[in-house]
Amino acid sequence: MLLRTKLHGKIYEFPDIRLLMGKANEEKSGDRLAGVGAETAAERVAAKLILAEVPLSVLRENPAVPYDQDEITRVIQDAVDESVYNEIKDWTVGEFREWILSDTTTTEMIHRVSNGLAAEMIAAVTKLMSNLDLIYGAKKIPVTAHCNNTIGAPGTLSSRNQPNHPTDSPEGIRAEIYEGLSYGSGDSVIGINPVDDSYSSVSRLLDMTYDIIKTWNIPTQNCVLSHITTQMKCMQSGSPVGLVFQSIAGSQKGNDSFGISVGMIDEAYELAKKHCFPKGPNFMYFETGQGSELSADAHNGWDQLVMEARCYGFAKRYHPYQVNTVVGFIGPEYLYDARQIQRAGLEDHFMGKLTGIPMGCDACYTNHARADQNAIENLAVMLTAAGCNYFMGLPMGDDSMLSYQSTSFHDAPTLRQLFKLRPAPEFEKWMEDLGLIKNGVLTEKAGDPSIFLKR
Amino acid sequence: MDDTQLAAIVDAIVRELKESGAVKPAASSLDSQAASVSTNLSSPSVVPVKSRTSGSGVNLSIDLPDPTTPQARNTPRVKNPKDSNGLRALMASTTARIGVGRAGPRYSTASLLLFQGDHAVTQDALYRDVDQKLLDEFNLFTVQTKVKGGKQEYLLRPDLGRQLSDDAKRTINEKCQKNVNVQLVVGDGLSAAAIEANLRQIFPVVKQGVQNAGLTFGTPFFIKYARVGVMNDVGELVKPDVVVLLIGERPGLGRAESMSAYMGYKPKYGDTDADRDVVCNIFENGGTNPLEAGAYVVQIAQKMRKNQASGVKLKLAK
Repeated sequence: MLLRTKLHGKIYEFPDIRLLMGKANEEKSGDRLAGVGAETAAERVAAKLILAEVPLSVLRENPAVPYDQDEITRVIQDAVDESVYNEIKDWTVGEFREWILSDTTTTEMIHRVSNGLAAEMIAAVTKLMSNLDLIYGAKKIPVTAHCNNTIGAPGTLSSRNQPNHPTDSPEGIRAEIYEGLSYGSGDSVIGINPVDDSYSSVSRLLDMTYDIIKTWNIPTQNCVLSHITTQMKCMQSGSPVGLVFQSIAGSQKGNDSFGISVGMIDEAYELAKKHCFPKGPNFMYFETGQGSELSADAHNGWDQLVMEARCYGFAKRYHPYQVNTVVGFIGPEYLYDARQIQRAGLEDHFMGKLTGIPMGCDACYTNHARADQNAIENLAVMLTAAGCNYFMGLPMGDDSMLSYQSTSFHDAPTLRQLFKLRPAPEFEKWMEDLGLIKNGVLTEKAGDPSIFLKR
Repeated sequence: MDDTQLAAIVDAIVRELKESGAVKPAASSLDSQAASVSTNLSSPSVVPVKSRTSGSGVNLSIDLPDPTTPQARNTPRVKNPKDSNGLRALMASTTARIGVGRAGPRYSTASLLLFQGDHAVTQDALYRDVDQKLLDEFNLFTVQTKVKGGKQEYLLRPDLGRQLSDDAKRTINEKCQKNVNVQLVVGDGLSAAAIEANLRQIFPVVKQGVQNAGLTFGTPFFIKYARVGVMNDVGELVKPDVVVLLIGERPGLGRAESMSAYMGYKPKYGDTDADRDVVCNIFENGGTNPLEAGAYVVQIAQKMRKNQASGVKLKLAK
């Protein structure tokens, strides 16, 4: 394999697809840590020049982990629609980029081609996209899903109500849910990250959130983001489960470190279809994030963008209701500052949509990253322009349990009013009936959690 | 160890320290500082008084209370709530920022600025160095890890923060007493503010406690750009029975003063967190009080020596 180019008179040569892919990435501290990042800005562009000429078939034939060694590779490769693949396998990555962006390429055409793609092909074209390319390209690929309500329809923006509490206090969590609902947060899910992963604690929070949903007749679903085995036990024991959650990685070894496998998620998916209380047909919720494979030494020498794309191929198997990257949570060793976090957020959302999954984003940062709330608000604006399905809703964006900051209860209504978007249609109707929203704008009554103290 | 025992140990040590003048009650010194500042500000000779009618603002006098007190934080910002007592009860049930009010779909000004104040104190803690005066107060000499490129490199390369530089090794070899019972080390970690908030309280308690127990207290020093794993290098060099590393924790929003005390029995290359014990969340008002934490540290050190183990091995030895 010869991968060589000249740039400004200097020759650049790359030994294999793995290093070419790593060096073609926009700058990320995690790629440096993995030893696959470009040494110079010029080397980065040289790698992009060569990557633009690589046929899509070469990327399918060079998966990040070999087929016989990794069940995630097998899941992705086996799901490729061979007839669609045969139509596009000779396109170069550069041609693929232009095809996605072309004004004659429709949403339906992209949805069809999605089924002929492997994760490495999706990651490759993402590396050639500028930020505005990623926004414009993703906007062309709406992906909707349905559970008790509809997420991702064009013209809508949803919000996960994330009422975490440092000790899982049901009273404290209930108070936060009320605050969020009063701002119109909760149409994606009322989803709690628990401190205590035990069955008794998780089932208690499921009961409590289900009680709120029933009492107020809210068209939404609940979820307690414990390990999936705890949620399986809850389903089997008759607890009211809305969505079934798991964090996933892009390699078998990475999923080992999460204590999961394809077989386990297959089993959970069957249980979800049987036991979850909402209408469906989409019941699964996954979270991902660039760098998690590297942090578990499960990246097999590949860059974090490729490993992230593989997560989405894995997620697609389960027709999820929602998937989001937790983009800045991992810390500065992987995404150093606001610029890298913003870039990764745009990449992840685009790759999810091109994969064909209903993609949202936890636009967030930790306190030791070079980022602040302004940076996250910027990312949320960019992603809303890109057609992102949903964001997190936290009390002022401050998670008092996980010690990180994300988007807030206030951000969803702001972005909706700014971009003329609405909550999920069923949820908007519910808000209208309660007098919280009128013509897409919050009413005087909104923002007061005490309205939920008496029904 | 039960609470009464612990309280007795803390009392005894603090009493002794106060008598020797090593520790002053923290609150009173703060109060007197605050009082002198406000006297200056309100002094008529400093702020000239002019007529209000001028409209030029020269007579403007803004003198705000701290918005970060619990009382100020818990002020409801919702305009005309349906149930104002109920709203207060909801707010009291969680430390999350609810009842914060709005301006259109955005935050109320008070809520926005409180959030920014909390984030600011966190950032300042991360990107600031520990005050040299404080280190001098305790005669701590400073050595550095293999991080050479400042805070940026420190954040990007956790591996370098776990290793002492060659210069550091030489200095420690020259200055430190070897084969001591307890070696205390202070590291900046991810929060300078945590060291500044707690060192004056915890340091004398640990030193005195170790000596009262009839153990040798090694030459203490400060490590700049330190990660927890650096205590392995310290163990290899100084050969103490127990290494105690006081280190700043990753700050939460508005909480930069939280410190940890990591401890290991004869730490050596390759040791991991499984070989260590930790007293975490050390801070006044809500966390583990630094005086109490100091007493704990002494107690754990004695237990480690008795069982010749730390971490998981110490748990199994119980």
